[in-house]
Amino acid sequence: MLSHFKLNINGKVREVEVDPTTPILWVLRDHLDLVGTKYGCGIAQCGACTVHLNGVAVRSCQLPISAVGSEKITTIEGLSEEGDHPVQKAWLEHDVPQCGYCQAGQIMTASALLNQNTNPSDSDIDSAMHGNICRCGTYTRIKAAIKTAANSQDLN
Amino acid sequence: MKVAKIKIGRRSFIKSSTLASGGMVLGFNWLMSCDMTPSQVKALPKEWFKINGFLKIGDNGLVTIMSPNPEIGQNVKTSMPMLVAEELDTDWNDVIVEQAPLNTTLFKRQLAGGSQSIRQGWNSLRMAGATARAMLIEAAAKTWNVAASEITTSEGQLIHTLSGKQAGFGEMASLAATLEVPSEVKLKDVTDFKIIGSSRKNVDGSKIVTGKPLFGLDYKSENMLIAMIVHPPAFGMKLKSIDDSKAKSMPGIERVFTIKTHESGYSLGAFDNDAFNEIAVLVGRSTWEVMQAKKELIAEWEMAEAKVEELNFFGRNITVETPAGLESTADHKRILEKMSIKKAKVVRKDGNPEAAFKKAVTIIERSYTCPFLAHNTMEPMNFYADVTEEKATLVGPIQTPEIMEQSVSKRLGMPVENIDIQMTRMGGGFGRRLYGHFLTEAAVISKEMKQPIKLVYSREDDMTQGTYRPSYHAYYKAGLDENKNLIAFQVRAGGIPESPLAANRFPAGAVENYVAEEWSQVSNITVGAFRAPRSNFIAGAEQAFLDEVAEAAGKDPIDFRLELLTKAESKPVGTNNDYVASRYAGVLKLVKEKAAWSTNKNPDVFRGTAAYFCHNSYVANVLDMIMVKGKPVVQKVYCAIDCGIVVNPDAATNLAEGGLVDGIGHAMYSAMTFKDGVPEQNNFDTYRLIRHGEAPKEIEVHFVENKIDPTGLGEPPFPPVMGALANALYRATGVRQYNQPFITDKPLAG
Repeated sequence: MLSHFKLNINGKVREVEVDPTTPILWVLRDHLDLVGTKYGCGIAQCGACTVHLNGVAVRSCQLPISAVGSEKITTIEGLSEEGDHPVQKAWLEHDVPQCGYCQAGQIMTASALLNQNTNPSDSDIDSAMHGNICRCGTYTRIKAAIKTAANSQDLN
Repeated sequence: MKVAKIKIGRRSFIKSSTLASGGMVLGFNWLMSCDMTPSQVKALPKEWFKINGFLKIGDNGLVTIMSPNPEIGQNVKTSMPMLVAEELDTDWNDVIVEQAPLNTTLFKRQLAGGSQSIRQGWNSLRMAGATARAMLIEAAAKTWNVAASEITTSEGQLIHTLSGKQAGFGEMASLAATLEVPSEVKLKDVTDFKIIGSSRKNVDGSKIVTGKPLFGLDYKSENMLIAMIVHPPAFGMKLKSIDDSKAKSMPGIERVFTIKTHESGYSLGAFDNDAFNEIAVLVGRSTWEVMQAKKELIAEWEMAEAKVEELNFFGRNITVETPAGLESTADHKRILEKMSIKKAKVVRKDGNPEAAFKKAVTIIERSYTCPFLAHNTMEPMNFYADVTEEKATLVGPIQTPEIMEQSVSKRLGMPVENIDIQMTRMGGGFGRRLYGHFLTEAAVISKEMKQPIKLVYSREDDMTQGTYRPSYHAYYKAGLDENKNLIAFQVRAGGIPESPLAANRFPAGAVENYVAEEWSQVSNITVGAFRAPRSNFIAGAEQAFLDEVAEAAGKDPIDFRLELLTKAESKPVGTNNDYVASRYAGVLKLVKEKAAWSTNKNPDVFRGTAAYFCHNSYVANVLDMIMVKGKPVVQKVYCAIDCGIVVNPDAATNLAEGGLVDGIGHAMYSAMTFKDGVPEQNNFDTYRLIRHGEAPKEIEVHFVENKIDPTGLGEPPFPPVMGALANALYRATGVRQYNQPFITDKPLAG
């Protein structure tokens, strides 16, 4: 049955009426018009749906709305105001995307990694990014972009 | 400069004002409603002047270029407009790119497939720019009362040096739009290119990294409902009945019903293949609610009968035979083995292979196999449909809009003119989105609902629906004489349900005695084109086999291939060889040089090589493998490519890098297997795709520089790397790899 929820998304309070089991992925996509967060597998295996929960990367397809409370959710739309987060800028500099579908999830995982580790090694990057699949095979560019972002002075 | 007569698609260049209204670039289109990229510094013009179907120029000189073809990640939305902008001679910073609507009158071949977009758009797109440039010059000549021949252009400026007059394109656009389209135009010489050949960023880059709605799954409209399907759980089964009593009472559910994608008597179009014609449909207000109701739908299935259908493939009638029964991978393996030892249909024969094999001192025989593969585009199949009595609006990711338009027209009994298909960016294609049954399904569902719907496949629906890469087998036999020369070569290739044979490709043409045979075995598991169809297996198999032949001949694997290619160039055997031996050798020589093949002898690096020609382009690889804790790791891949003129070098490099990663991934890890008709993998927990840490640590892509008209890159870099991988694995582990995926079945090393 539908319940009323107040969420903290991208720094704004958003209210929805949904079934409490509804994953944040579908709340974002179907109810809040935030479609940057993508559906890829629904079982936390591909990473396309990655968002930040208090700055940590989580798979929103496995995160029921009832478990979120007033914790801070950040989506790709809220990662930066002007699309100029160091990771986004690095992605553009390396012209990473091909089809582009998985890239929001890749960026959210990468930016969460850099929140915790401003100078990740290759193996740090490999393990943090392991859950994000790219069928187009942009992995080498993603790694290069993460290193560029890590070296950028705007990273705080 | 070369003068080109405007023969190709002349109607495309006719001024829009002379065309019937509708179709063109007018009217609201969701795809065009996205914000422009922030890099657009100029304000929008007050007025746009349509010069032709491909472009309009604003009064301030901004240019909007329509990108005609579907974008699946191959970057044509950037590279195709680059061709227009080059000949228009505008400043790329003044260009806005829009996805063109489907319009078969204005645009030719609005299709993404076969790596053909750039190759086939090369002339028409350049002419679109060149005719517009000629009309702008003509307008300036009239305005300034000078000879058109005295006017030059540069980066959006018209210049008359003699009088010192200069004007921006925007100032002449209104007059230019009223002028006659020239009957012939001058195209630039390759050496004068400023935009073609210089890297330009993906025009959708900013939208992608900020999560803007670009994809089919992102589309929504007022009153739109979500539809999902339930298809049979096994190939060889069909729907018998549904019990929807619980499902339809679930929260948010509007209706549950069944549809037939095609009614009986429907004549199948080129891309109407579909494993499951009758499916159950659930329609509701939100995706999550429909997903929950889907679990509560009780369906009864029964065995499907065998059937034979005719499919119209671009005017050619193809018979599609679907047997009854429940197939398993174990049966398939037995079939592949059984068929591979039988004589098959001879497709090409040169010399006398039988006699040559008898004469041979050394005989090498090997067999290679690969499994079915699911495309697994990251964006699952989906489509939006709003079908009313009068018209059908369809929005979503489709590689074949102009072909599916015909299918929908036939299925709905509605004239093509009343069907509007809008192309979204695609979250991957790889051939899967050539087959638009999901688009037809969406239209049928919307018609039934009398309401707009978005059809959404779950990952499981998508992965278990079929349209797979076929399972193949290739048997090879080579004969060497006492001097270790290759004197006889046999390939017998087949598969379920088609053969991967390319009889006229290398080493055909390089061996005096050659025979190529093919066979196939029908199946009810549906297949479709998968990135570099057929080549995606046969290239790796052939290149792994040639590696063994070179080894038996005691020759360096690159030199061995080069010797054969020299022969194929100087004294080709047969007349139908479908490759240019010198270009083939060219990529091998380039990769040999770049990888320092002859001098880099690090004992800890195990190198494999391969080269292949398909989809009009040539690719050669050197793959470096190291062993880390007893496990093989791909350290670096060198790749040399000859695809003619490279339009957008960095984007082309990106596409090649992706093809290499994708090729390594599929050869190494991926497989779709079956038990009694049921796919044994249905999501990424059971189906393995390559992941970050498994990708090569480094990739180096080099292009052969020449002035040959460009060919495509979506497919060619994908197949040969599988051979280079197998060959490197052999050197690293001492074990030859014959069956994909390489990682399963047996320990690789240690």
